[in-house]
Amino acid sequence: MLLTYSQPLELTNVSKALDTFLKTYMADFWAYLIEFVIVGVAIIATYAIIALALIYIERKITAFFQARLGPNRLGKYGWIQSLADMVKILIKEIIHINNVDKFLFYTAPFFVIVASFLAFGAIPFGQGLQAVDFNIGVFYVTAVSSLGIIGILLAGWSSNNKYSMIGAMRSGAQFVSYELSGAFALMTIVVMSGTMQFSEMVEGQRYVWNIFNGHISSIIAFVIYMICGHAETNRGPFDLPEAESELTAGYHTEYSGLQFGFFYLAEYLNMFIIAAIATTVFLGGWMPVQIKGLDGFNQIMWYIPSWAWFVGKTGVLIFMSLWVRWSFPRLRIDHLLNLEWKYLLPINLVNILVMVIIVLAGLSLSDLFPKLFGI
Amino acid sequence: MSSFLKYISGIYTALKSLLIGLTVTWKELWTKKVTMQYPENRETLVISDRWRAELIMPHDDNNEHACTACGICMMNCPNGTINVISKMVETEEGKQKKALDKHIWDYGMCTYCNLCVITCPSDAIIFSNDFEGAVYNREKLVHQLNKEGSKLREKKKEPVAATPKPQPTAPKEPVTQKDEAPKASNDATDKAENKTDL
Repeated sequence: MLLTYSQPLELTNVSKALDTFLKTYMADFWAYLIEFVIVGVAIIATYAIIALALIYIERKITAFFQARLGPNRLGKYGWIQSLADMVKILIKEIIHINNVDKFLFYTAPFFVIVASFLAFGAIPFGQGLQAVDFNIGVFYVTAVSSLGIIGILLAGWSSNNKYSMIGAMRSGAQFVSYELSGAFALMTIVVMSGTMQFSEMVEGQRYVWNIFNGHISSIIAFVIYMICGHAETNRGPFDLPEAESELTAGYHTEYSGLQFGFFYLAEYLNMFIIAAIATTVFLGGWMPVQIKGLDGFNQIMWYIPSWAWFVGKTGVLIFMSLWVRWSFPRLRIDHLLNLEWKYLLPINLVNILVMVIIVLAGLSLSDLFPKLFGI
Repeated sequence: MSSFLKYISGIYTALKSLLIGLTVTWKELWTKKVTMQYPENRETLVISDRWRAELIMPHDDNNEHACTACGICMMNCPNGTINVISKMVETEEGKQKKALDKHIWDYGMCTYCNLCVITCPSDAIIFSNDFEGAVYNREKLVHQLNKEGSKLREKKKEPVAATPKPQPTAPKEPVTQKDEAPKASNDATDKAENKTDL
């Protein structure tokens, strides 16, 4: 009850009210069943809405970087544009291609989108707004998000098209390499926070974010994670698997209609997932800015609902991703692999050692200044 | 050891150049956008004065133009876009004199090379920058440049008859008229007529 007054805009209020309402009218089993269905529908709906919003935001920001206006004809400031795009992609014909490996060809988009769904479900969107809170959350997300590459490789292989094949192979090489560094960067923070559970991680960042808590080591890990995130989502300067000028569209050249839509959707959502995980692990997740001792200030910060904090932080990271994307030219494949194997990976390995020393010697900010930052 | 130093300095220079790149795009993000939202910005649209869109013959308030029907524009036109039809009129003194009957210009054939305007000895025709020339019918592209009932502007004789002093001002007058002429042709009424034609 206290929560209702101190955090009026929190979505947890709604979910708790629904829970008590359902449980007063039916047995626990049916109540849970209905809640599961609602959670599933909510996740799918959020997935679609976030994708649409991201496509619109990306097109607008891209345009601003190029001194254009972007979509502006459909609705005020063109906000209906991505809805119209969605309708178009839904009603487009799925072209059946003769000499493809039929089964793999039609399965591939589902691998990609299911992998991104699985990762999406584990993200803590706000206080209590998390579908599954595993005790191995970080590990789980890293594992399922890497399933997507199976879909990409299958798509390239089954298309029976040399461009798709080269694109998929490049994508595979890139993904497997950068996954390593990305996971190591997350591991650095796991060493510091001492847990893999997202909810505990967020709780641990109440007074100081992980990116500041481990100072040097954390910042390096953050930068490396963002670079790897870009590379894993095939975006930004790392989009050579779908380099239009050389490979037409890479692994999804032969796909049309809704199947292409799946790849497209998954690409945007992977960008969001990377930003969301970086927010949760490095930037305090949904936790509002809290300063130890200033209870009044903390209370005011709590009036801003936790999901708004999450969306805000994630938004900043997504903007950074777009900023990088429109700043740098595309890397060549050997440069790409050089960057990972000769630079990011060695730096990362040293970085983990440094983090271990920081944690063991008590040099993190919360250890050095327990009165300011300690939980 | 030196290779290790190279490795470290390589990372440093790479980070530096990446940050420079990011600042450049950051500044670009806030620059004025160049997109023209055309049908909406019709009122404020600025077209360069040098833009050659439509050949016109400026008429003054008395419905007089400067074309003497000499036909030089017609002769200079590389692809026969212009057709000057002259007629003979009788002057007050009873002399036969050549005058302009119709100055026909084909919008669809013109290459906008500007040769007619450059070679016109009496500056009778100019290119306006009213670029909205699309029509549904090809016949409407053939324009008659001189207006109905217009006639040749008489040369002013007063400056010559008066004291020689104001003579230097005399050549100026056609110049000022020429300046005024395009404005007159861009009158709102003129445009409205064109629009209704469509």
